[in-house]
Amino acid sequence: MELVEAIILAVLAASTPLLIAATGELVAERSGVLNLGVEGMMIVGAACGFAGAWLTGSIFIGALFGIIAGTLMSLIFALMALGLAVNQVATGLALTIFGIGLSGLIGAGFVGERITPAVHLYIPVLADIPLIGRVLFGEDGFVYFSVALIAGVWWFLYRTRAGLILRACGDNHVSAHALGYPVLRIRTFAVMFGGACAGLAGAYLPLAYTPFFIPGMTAGRGWIALALVVFSSWQPGRLVVGAYLFGAVTILQLHAQGWGVGIPSQFMSALPYLATVIVLVLLSRARTGGSTAPAALGTVFVPDR
Amino acid sequence: MQAHQRMLDPTPNGQNSGESPLLRTIGLTKRYGDFLANDSIDIDIWPREIHALLGENGAGKSTLVKAIYGLIQPSAGEIRWQGQRIVLSGPSEARSRGIGMVFQHFSLFDNLTVAENVALGLDGKESFKDMSARLEQVSKTYGLPLDPKREVWQLSVGERQRIEIVRALMQDPKFLILDEPTAVLTPQEADQLFIVLERLKAEGRAILYISHKLEEVKRLCDTATILRGGRKVETCNPRLETAASLARMMVGGEVKEVKAASGRKTTLPRLVVNDLSLAPAEAHGVRLEHISFELKGGEILGIAGVAGNGQDELFAALSGERLSKDPGTVVIEGIAAGHLSITQRRKLGAAFVPEERLGHGTAPRMKLSENALLTGHAASGMVRRGFIDTAATLKTVDRATETFDVRKAKRDPEAASLSGGNLQKFIVGREILRNPAVLVVSQPTWGVDAGAAAVIRQALLDLATAGAAVLVTSQDLDELAEIADRIAVMFHGKLSAPLAASEASREKLGLLMGGSSLEPKEVAHAAGA
Repeated sequence: MELVEAIILAVLAASTPLLIAATGELVAERSGVLNLGVEGMMIVGAACGFAGAWLTGSIFIGALFGIIAGTLMSLIFALMALGLAVNQVATGLALTIFGIGLSGLIGAGFVGERITPAVHLYIPVLADIPLIGRVLFGEDGFVYFSVALIAGVWWFLYRTRAGLILRACGDNHVSAHALGYPVLRIRTFAVMFGGACAGLAGAYLPLAYTPFFIPGMTAGRGWIALALVVFSSWQPGRLVVGAYLFGAVTILQLHAQGWGVGIPSQFMSALPYLATVIVLVLLSRARTGGSTAPAALGTVFVPDR
Repeated sequence: MQAHQRMLDPTPNGQNSGESPLLRTIGLTKRYGDFLANDSIDIDIWPREIHALLGENGAGKSTLVKAIYGLIQPSAGEIRWQGQRIVLSGPSEARSRGIGMVFQHFSLFDNLTVAENVALGLDGKESFKDMSARLEQVSKTYGLPLDPKREVWQLSVGERQRIEIVRALMQDPKFLILDEPTAVLTPQEADQLFIVLERLKAEGRAILYISHKLEEVKRLCDTATILRGGRKVETCNPRLETAASLARMMVGGEVKEVKAASGRKTTLPRLVVNDLSLAPAEAHGVRLEHISFELKGGEILGIAGVAGNGQDELFAALSGERLSKDPGTVVIEGIAAGHLSITQRRKLGAAFVPEERLGHGTAPRMKLSENALLTGHAASGMVRRGFIDTAATLKTVDRATETFDVRKAKRDPEAASLSGGNLQKFIVGREILRNPAVLVVSQPTWGVDAGAAAVIRQALLDLATAGAAVLVTSQDLDELAEIADRIAVMFHGKLSAPLAASEASREKLGLLMGGSSLEPKEVAHAAGA
């Protein structure tokens, strides 16, 4: 019983940064912008988040630092890819490379330091319910926030006029412009939201996952978040499935390796990727008709005035 | 500014003499760098008037309406709305003042529903539910049926245009701009549109109607303003003009008439398509279903149809961009070619001119000589032992330039730097100079000025006279009537039996384009021709 509970908790912890980062990127891509700099924004968020928490002793301020750092990184992207209409793929890749270097510089003084990680909530009685008690009522704040975040994004995209306009920009920026919507401004906000989420997701790692900072600690999670957005066919509901599935298989294969299952460890390590791809491909095949990707994704838009 | 306010010709609408114009532009000018897209244009639009705006491509029609709709800011001059000078900050301000617009290239979002598309064109002051109810009411009132829950990609072109019109009408505009609304409609759909427009006019609204179909303008419009090279040439009553006199004003000279050589002989079939079926390659593509036809040498077969009914897919299957599993579905010069690549088909004597000039017909940033090489390398000796024969490629460019009167700034410019008409002349010329046995050409004069269009049509006729088989896909029924010997219609991926051009009336073609079938007797008779 306790093992199952421990596994579920570990799965949530492993999935949360993916979910947060992918949610931000989903919004950016729905507006038509492909920002491949998620990994870079995350790692800078991790370094700044740790720095903030170490300097002030507050996890909350650390998280705030992460969000601000991610947003600033995304503004560099917005300036290049939207303001100057530079190729989005190249700009995103450059942002990641830049972010990895910058985070090493910011975090250099903090390597080896420790902080007290984010406290887990503990609601007496409720949290003591076996199996689900800790999972539902004894998590850290990031986990609850990530669930609220994706629900909020779903509501925003499909239930508000602003969300409709954002999706319209991603579908056809020429039409959106012709109807008088400020395409570039809307996209800039979407990219900034993506940056803020990536920064927060990065900050989650040293603030709640492991209580210290090491260079390169995002370890490719930004790329996985990007892949999740694509495989979820840009739909928030499927993104949740994908993120938790990826986290679950990651943790389970670790345990399986510990139990000594006779399968090469390399294959086991590849399993989360394989499982996520297969499940999400099956999901997207089930959808009939209609293209799934935002039609204007990754294309440069220069309004003619 | 007062100096500009010269007396304008009295409008043909005598009843308006007491009122002031609804919209007036005075000396409206739009400059892009050194280029004057609009050069001090004065135009008056009266209530209860359908005002045509005529001109060739590049005459400045789109620029003018974009300025009136607030999409671009004029460089000089002013716009007066109900007598008052206005400066529009953007389309939403234009809409709130009562100016609506229906775009030529629809401003719709394929992956959103009809209701969402309409909502995006409004200012969002009412709830989505109220808006949907009003949408239903407006679409019923004007006889423009729409299903608000369907996504746009599922709809036909005519239905898409209905969305645009309903969206504009829901703002209760006093003034509605329509940019080439009938370019994509069947004749019957166009007639229905005219009924709606007459009704809007009767309600006291003004309409600015951009078109280059002159007969249509004569039938529908009260006033016509003609632009040429960014300037206003004339404002007249189109009903008192002839189509030829209007065309003269648009072009600034006579348009050459296209003549078919008499006594053209047809020879053996050079292009045969047998029961060709093909699944769509793209998510929103059309499935080709059991297409069969036979095209003899010396003959021009026209394929009519509303865009998006499988013409692109048929072109891809004929050119070899998409292969068919059964080689016998496409037979070129007696050889089964369904499985052959583009180059192999070219070697058999086929030539292809796709609809899209830039990006499909040519590589935009490459020189003309390089573009000539790209389609001619397999069949016309421009490559020697794997190396490019630059002199030969330049010679091809020169020959095409000379034969087809291609106007360009230097000997060998980038493809993208040519105007649409000149580039199209070059592309068609490049293929014709190879003396193809079979020419497949899609929308040969789309977006091409009248002069260049005449040159291209004549070249296609001459090619057929010389014995080649020519397949022309076009949405322009007048063009097909002018050059084709037989006309077939594509609808939902199926091809009708060809009608002899003499029997293919607009009504019959229109019915086929809308998916109705003709009397069986008639088809059998026509197919035997």
